[in-house]
Amino acid sequence: MSGQTFPADFSGHMLDLDEDDDLEVFSKNTSLADSSPMPNSPSSMVNQYRPEEEEEEEEQLQQQQGANDKDIFITVDNPESHVTAIETFIMYRVETKTTRGEYDSSEYEVLRRYQDFVWLRSKLEETHPTLIVHPLPEKFVMKGMVERFNNDFIETRRKALHRFLNKISEHPILSYSQHFKVFLTAQELLSHKKQGPGFLSRMGETVRAVANSVRGLRSRPEEFSLMQEYVEDFSNKIYSVDKVTQRIIKEQREYLDELKQYSPTYAQWAESEEELAEPLNGVASCVERCSKESDEQIHHMSEVLVPALHEYVLCTETLKAVMRRRDNIQAEFEAKNVALASRRADQESLQDEVDGLADRVELANNALRGDWSRWQNGMRSDLKSAFLSTAEKNVDYYEQCLAVWESFLLSQRVEPGEQRDGEDEPLPTHPIID
Amino acid sequence: MAEDGRDESLATDDESDHTALSLRFLPMLCGVTAQMLEEGSTLLRRMEICVAEAEKRNGKNTVNMQETFTVYLVETRPMDAVAEGRNQAPDSLWRRYSEFELLRNYLLVTYPYIVVPPLPEKRAEFVWHKLSADNMDPDFVERRRVGLENFLLRVASHPVLSNDKILHHFLIEEHGWKEVVYETGFQAKADSRLRALSATFRVRNPDKRFMEMKHYSDELQSHTSQLLRARARVADRLYGVYKVHGNYGRVFSEWSAMEKEMGDGLQSAGHHMDAYAASIDDILEEEEHYADQLKEYLFYAEALRAVCRKHELTQFEFEMASQELVSKKQQHEELSTGIVRTFSFKGMTNKLFGQEAPEQREARLKLLEDLIAEGEEDVQEKTVECGEHVERAWVDMHRFKEQKDKDLREALINYAVMQISMCKKGIQMWSNAKECFLKM
Repeated sequence: MSGQTFPADFSGHMLDLDEDDDLEVFSKNTSLADSSPMPNSPSSMVNQYRPEEEEEEEEQLQQQQGANDKDIFITVDNPESHVTAIETFIMYRVETKTTRGEYDSSEYEVLRRYQDFVWLRSKLEETHPTLIVHPLPEKFVMKGMVERFNNDFIETRRKALHRFLNKISEHPILSYSQHFKVFLTAQELLSHKKQGPGFLSRMGETVRAVANSVRGLRSRPEEFSLMQEYVEDFSNKIYSVDKVTQRIIKEQREYLDELKQYSPTYAQWAESEEELAEPLNGVASCVERCSKESDEQIHHMSEVLVPALHEYVLCTETLKAVMRRRDNIQAEFEAKNVALASRRADQESLQDEVDGLADRVELANNALRGDWSRWQNGMRSDLKSAFLSTAEKNVDYYEQCLAVWESFLLSQRVEPGEQRDGEDEPLPTHPIID
Repeated sequence: MAEDGRDESLATDDESDHTALSLRFLPMLCGVTAQMLEEGSTLLRRMEICVAEAEKRNGKNTVNMQETFTVYLVETRPMDAVAEGRNQAPDSLWRRYSEFELLRNYLLVTYPYIVVPPLPEKRAEFVWHKLSADNMDPDFVERRRVGLENFLLRVASHPVLSNDKILHHFLIEEHGWKEVVYETGFQAKADSRLRALSATFRVRNPDKRFMEMKHYSDELQSHTSQLLRARARVADRLYGVYKVHGNYGRVFSEWSAMEKEMGDGLQSAGHHMDAYAASIDDILEEEEHYADQLKEYLFYAEALRAVCRKHELTQFEFEMASQELVSKKQQHEELSTGIVRTFSFKGMTNKLFGQEAPEQREARLKLLEDLIAEGEEDVQEKTVECGEHVERAWVDMHRFKEQKDKDLREALINYAVMQISMCKKGIQMWSNAKECFLKM
């Protein structure tokens, strides 16, 4: 691999000279000796890609991540409404604490709006077309929400933005992107936004991409075809799981509504009773307490499982885009290759171009390959943690309710153990004759 | 009075052995306990009763059309046979629901001072969506069988009702029972609705305690029906929550097929989700028994109100009779003294056309005296009738109140036990699921 000519060609979509910093990571001889072991892993991952060492590297990667030598901490908070003559929008505070050498200071605090995050992400995708960049929360909420500035909506978005930045910071390559650094540190982002490929060049890219896709790929390497299939399947599954989860929450909310109407019927009845008033009120109070627990459980599910699933639903779009971009890179190379074969003149310069494109393809494939397993592990870990948390909360819910009803039984001077334990007979039988 | 009469029964003399024995064959429904038996029912001590089975029959109804109906097998066995350990086959006969109804109507008319135990509902009410409202549904038939048995046990253990001949006949003689019931002429004794309604409005001095009891019966009816309605809706929703989790089972299973590391964990988690979804069926079926216990008292409220209405009627009739008597006496006095205290048509005509002849006057006086004598007898009767009713009804209403408090408290406890059982199942299911997720 010709490490020196790469930067210019690989970053065919980039014109930012700043990207050189980004690419230092690719070189074997990293000059970032003073910082943490992290830089080694991306280079081992991409630059030294060797099939037989794939598993080893994957392990290494996981170990690195497991070792969790986190050297950058980012929070997104404090959403505030900003009003200008033209518009009203929300600004979020992004706070960064880091020990990384390439950062001039160890603490930064900047204000960013949603558009800024969108800019960052598109820049990252531009620079690394076949890396899987974590998705942002949606621009608009699909159903129900009327007001953009609804508190729940803002809070949900804030959390997702927080997660987004943290995911980027945990990515072995993206974390060192110059755009990322600028996003975290620059007080004024506008000037940085103005740089970068102009509108026309971006248009050109799009046209090329469409043309390539129309031409079609000669042959997609099988590993990427399998990947594509997986992405399709995963997309369906995660969407289903998301839907089922939403449905469960809906049913639980309706159950809770009925429960809230149910407990007063006991209390009302108690008012016209004498002896019975006490146990009736007892049951009313139990049902009420269980309602509270149910409320908490629903809340937990909405806060933990729903966002996690939703993020991966959004991820599938990212994955599909990454696959498409990889395909395009390959298609471009193939097109030029064909041109090379048919042309007589300009063989030499064409050959150079073709070589460059071939390298680009290889880089892109390697990047995707590496990031793919990383993404899968991340997905597994994130979803596992979300499901675990949900299951734990559900156990907790039932345990709380159990305690509530058992204390009621005690209050009636009945031992919980004495009563039937889920058997069919409502009253205990007597050990009589025989 | 011990809270747990069951234990008490075991400790005492051999009579209670019989009682204890009978318990072995009692359907396990709350409310019918040794305590009730000890309180003086003779029938249930002599005889073991149960409604063992239900069967479908086809036959012709009163308008000669084909119909399908359910019959229930009523089994009885003499207690001494049971005591001696003779494995004697029980006597049995088939009865349909309408015959139970007839029996109850007879009891209502014959014992208007008793809060007569109710029958299970004729049609399924307060259903939540899974239960069909179909009378032929096996679950409904089964719950009705249990309800009918409960009815018989309550009646057979009642200090007054258990001695009734018609009841005995119902339990022992299958054929010709209906004719015997009709022969008692109880239908003629039934109070007309119109009379009863009129009494309710026009009675002047009903016993306060009965009025309070009537008010209470309204409250009881209203509260239990509200509770039952709300419970049914909760059950419906809970069913939805559990069943939707079954979708996790399906999706996890499909998803596990395409994952390497996550596959096993997802698959087994999916199975637990299926199990969770399935578990609600039994849970809610059990809760139906709780609902049935509440329904019994919903219907009991009606019986309680009937006793109060009877009081209003007897009191009203007493008042009417007294009023009649007073009026007759007054007429007599006026006629004999010639002083007209009140305005009357006779007085007017007398003034206008002159007094009547002495013979006529004598005749009328005599008539009035006869009427007064009759009237006094009538008042006497009505006083006794009213008084007896008040006395007996008060005793039974007190008995009913104690029974109700005990039964419903037990029902609430049972409900708590069911909830605990449901929670325990939930804990287990989700703990299992958690283990599976850990394997992901």
